[in-house]
Amino acid sequence: MSDATVAAGKAFARSRYGPALIGLGSFVAFIVLVELLIRVGLINRFIVPMPSDIIAAFPRVIEEEQVLHRFVLTATEALSATILVTVLGVSGGVLLHRYLLLRQATETWVAAIAAAPLVLMYPLYLVIFGRSALTIVMMGFTAGLAPVILKTLEGLSGTRRVLINVGKSFNLTPSQQFWKILFPAALPTIFVGLRLGLIFSLINIVGIEFLINFGGLGQLINELAERYDLPGTYAAICFVILVSVCVFVLMERLERWLRPVD
Amino acid sequence: MAETGRLSLPSARPLRLPVHPVTALRIGIIVAVLVIWELVSASGWLYRDVVPSLGAIGKALYATLSDPSFYFHLYTTFYEIGIAMVIGGVSGLAVGILLGGSKFMSRAYEAYLYYLGPCPKIIFFPIMIMWFGVGPGSKVAMGAISCFFPVALNVAGGMREIDKVLIRVGRSFRANTWQMVTKIYLPAMRHPVINGMRLGLGVALIGTLLAETKLSNRGIGFLVIQAYSIFNMPQMYALLIILFVIAIGANTVIGRVGGLDSIKRT
Repeated sequence: MSDATVAAGKAFARSRYGPALIGLGSFVAFIVLVELLIRVGLINRFIVPMPSDIIAAFPRVIEEEQVLHRFVLTATEALSATILVTVLGVSGGVLLHRYLLLRQATETWVAAIAAAPLVLMYPLYLVIFGRSALTIVMMGFTAGLAPVILKTLEGLSGTRRVLINVGKSFNLTPSQQFWKILFPAALPTIFVGLRLGLIFSLINIVGIEFLINFGGLGQLINELAERYDLPGTYAAICFVILVSVCVFVLMERLERWLRPVD
Repeated sequence: MAETGRLSLPSARPLRLPVHPVTALRIGIIVAVLVIWELVSASGWLYRDVVPSLGAIGKALYATLSDPSFYFHLYTTFYEIGIAMVIGGVSGLAVGILLGGSKFMSRAYEAYLYYLGPCPKIIFFPIMIMWFGVGPGSKVAMGAISCFFPVALNVAGGMREIDKVLIRVGRSFRANTWQMVTKIYLPAMRHPVINGMRLGLGVALIGTLLAETKLSNRGIGFLVIQAYSIFNMPQMYALLIILFVIAIGANTVIGRVGGLDSIKRT
């Protein structure tokens, strides 16, 4: 290889889109390699279907398995859980901020709940709420609540002293102080909490749909797997990952858009 | 005047509770929750046995802990999580060092990990069953996949925050790659690594146990779903209490041992 080619390669690796293109290229190369290994028989095609079959299964799965309807169902469950999380989580955070004693007594509990494997309670929820969308929504709500409470509290407590003093100097009532000063100042942090809460809810909702074989996108994977439709199962998993990634990117953009410039 | 002042002193002294107000409130909340629980249980407002009495839960807890077969299931779950932590932790550590050590690798591949990380891992379980069978192998794989992402992302982030001076010191001593990893990188980023392991353990536990509830014939997850199937609610509560104590305990122990609680929260 000539020096010029090496230099050009290095420049490409350092360029803005070079590494991303190489990353994408190696991903595609890996897929092609898997396809070849399956075709020559080194990988059992009854365990790993050919990537070309998976790609071909996409239109079939989308059409026959009513993916759009399932997507709407999962999105509705996530939206319901998010509304519950937002209302109760933000109120909980405000309550803990308002009453210092309550905060001192329970903040570590809320933090422990945030770190606890709450999703393992799903058999209990199945008994309480039945095998229904309510179980899924309540599980999503339970998973997303603690981070929203903690982030709301963090946002309200982190309000700059000077802003609070400005409010006091204008003789604002406690209600005005909250709505004009504290809440707007805490909003960016609250939104970080809501993003975390939505992600936790969404993960749990799709997971529970899969585990209890009920509802939208999670159930799709379970059904296809139980039918031993391998390309369909892989295609459905890829689809769910794509949807999740799109939601994460969207939420991140939204958060950046809402966050004031530092 | 002096007399009045002396007389008014005791009444001006604030009322002293025998315990700290925070502790008193905590005890109050716990007692209130337990009383409400017992009332709901006795009232029969909810379906029978959905909220069993505290006595029944206590008995089930004792029965579960004194049953030798419980320890077989506990051992199975611990074994699966342990292997999953080793596989997911070591591979996460290696990938994290690779991504954190090279700007090019990070820009080429880290986005994939970053966005795959929060995806629901349990949906990979059908694939893991096909690859590793219905036995403990597929549960280990679920735990390892779950554990891999937080470890890799934390280690990669930790690598980038290592003081450049330390790296230059290592280079000036002509340390080879292995020496750089063991003498410079790992000691300098022990907190992100331990934090990654702590997060990894939490999600490995969830991944393994959820997989056990879906399809298995051993492990704590299996016991929980079995209690659900036969509607043995006191036992389900007992198992969930044990699980939460283990999860929160492990989380605290790793945090304490790793000195995470000594880091000032930012």
